Amino acid sequence: MVGTPRHATALSLHWPQQERRIMANPAPASEDLAPPPSLFKLGSVLFWIGVFSFGGGLSGWIHRQVVHRHRWMTNDDFLSGIALAQIVPGANVTNLCVYVGYRIRGALGATMSLFALMSGPTVLCVFVAIGYHYVQDYPVLHACVDGVAAAAVGLNIRLGVVGTQRIHRMKRIAPMIAMVATFVSVGVMEWPLVPVVLIIAPLSVAAVWPRKGASHA
Amino acid sequence: MREDSSLSPYLALMSVFVPLSLVAIGGGPSIFAPIQKEAVDVQHWMSAREFIEIFAVARVAPGPGSMLGTLIGWKVAGWGGAIVATLALFLPSSLLCLGVSTVWNRYRGREWHAALEMGLAPIGTGLMFSGAIAIFRMADAGPLAWGLAVFVAAMLTWRPRMHPFALLGVGALVFNLELYLAHSGLFR
Repeated sequence: MVGTPRHATALSLHWPQQERRIMANPAPASEDLAPPPSLFKLGSVLFWIGVFSFGGGLSGWIHRQVVHRHRWMTNDDFLSGIALAQIVPGANVTNLCVYVGYRIRGALGATMSLFALMSGPTVLCVFVAIGYHYVQDYPVLHACVDGVAAAAVGLNIRLGVVGTQRIHRMKRIAPMIAMVATFVSVGVMEWPLVPVVLIIAPLSVAAVWPRKGASHA
Repeated sequence: MREDSSLSPYLALMSVFVPLSLVAIGGGPSIFAPIQKEAVDVQHWMSAREFIEIFAVARVAPGPGSMLGTLIGWKVAGWGGAIVATLALFLPSSLLCLGVSTVWNRYRGREWHAALEMGLAPIGTGLMFSGAIAIFRMADAGPLAWGLAVFVAAMLTWRPRMHPFALLGVGALVFNLELYLAHSGLFR
């Protein structure tokens, strides 16, 4: 036990302190964004997100790293990327990744981000598939995997909470109704997504469309 | 095993995944059913059982759930197939998204742009919550998984300093505890 406290402090001071610094400034305003990173730095951040995203929750991870940790993007910018990523066809995570890379370092940044994020998982998922045969009979491992995957869903729910807080700050009723209506129709009722979005989107946009002569109210 | 042998396996993978990439509105899960139909019934790449196994692996492995496509490519044509399937599934939609992002960015600051964003952002948030439910429905998850996800989201909201790895670890522990309790119940 004599030797352990040294190691324990070294470890516990290193990570949490870094974390504390990150979270001291929860989400940057547009004027205190960090300067754009090099392509290599951007790629390496997304590469590690890909590698460690066991069980999913990637959008939550990207938000944490890109907005909170590195201050490369504002919360608002990121959240508008979420909407775009969901509405444009394709996997939400890769679309989000393209948007984030593009906003930070242009078209090259988008390319770099996409390849960096996907290269790790592409190789790793094949190894997992190969290994799966050997471990599928161990219930403890199944429990670990199910537990991690369930917790990872929480990372994305957290992102939904961040979005809801932003809608609340808009101080308008229409966006909140649009959010709840989308959630209830697609999530709870399991109605097909495309018609639901085609109906709610125009109504939601029309409700906040700037009116001539009228101020926001 | 493949009936349709007129195409090389790479071309066959592309012919399946490129169109699906461009119609996957709302994300990867929206095309899981058509992928299953193609892989099992149309192209005869694998049995239904093998597909379910691959689906489970894709959920566990790092990366988005759509790594399903990568694994199908790997089954069909090894590492080359894995890479071709990944590119076929993700590149077309990503190029489209890059195009949309470029146009979207060009009009930033206009009044109508702000209105569009304010109108569309809530839909994105609503879909984010719906996605969480959809994952659990697909995985046939019990109340423990639901409770855990809500707990993690709450912890991250109230204590943002908390590292996600700690919470993922809690998830693994809780599920093992449940496993242990279920077992000890059997032996009693």
